[in-house]
Amino acid sequence: MLEIKLTETLLDVNACINFVSSDDAGGIDVFIGTVRNATKGKPVLRLEFEAYEPMAIAEMQKIAEQAKAKFGAKKIALHHRSGILQIGEAAVVIAVSAPHRAAAFDACRYCIDTLKETVPIWKKEIFEDGEVWVAAHP
Amino acid sequence: MKITILSFGIAKDITGQRFLEWELPQAVSVGELRKSLVQRFPRLAELATVRLAVNNEYASEELVLGENDEVALIPPVSGG
Repeated sequence: MLEIKLTETLLDVNACINFVSSDDAGGIDVFIGTVRNATKGKPVLRLEFEAYEPMAIAEMQKIAEQAKAKFGAKKIALHHRSGILQIGEAAVVIAVSAPHRAAAFDACRYCIDTLKETVPIWKKEIFEDGEVWVAAHP
Repeated sequence: MKITILSFGIAKDITGQRFLEWELPQAVSVGELRKSLVQRFPRLAELATVRLAVNNEYASEELVLGENDEVALIPPVSGG
């Protein structure tokens, strides 16, 4: 079972954990990506996330399906924020349950690593003196 | 033949608009469309990468576009 979500409201870590809880799982791994207060020593005021919604949801769904098939995960919740995020807020929450811990760790890592490569979501860092789309230029 | 072009992130700053109606004189491939886009918006060439998606899927350069296709300009993604 998979739960994919792209939302402008605060992410709920407990809801993700509850979703993946399962009697046949012996481990749950959770990754939370949060908004850091600085980039290369420069203070960040906030982040703005933009998403190509239908494709972002389709890509997240694919990633979760692949993680389930590759690692034998039982349930996966993949929630991502869009819009304006303040320092410390969660931008992404990934929860994975699996029969044993190795599969839970591996599947969770696969989800976040692949999400960062393929899901059409863009992060803009807002500084005191300007703003930058992350990773846009070589 | 008409297609719609969507721009996101820095690509939207470069094209200046989210939606762009694009008239094609004939059926062209994704790679050919890419060339026309870079000609019209030269700053796209400054980006680390620009992938093109067609109807919500990453597309190969060889894919030939059809009437009413939705093409998205995907600059380097940075979610998570």
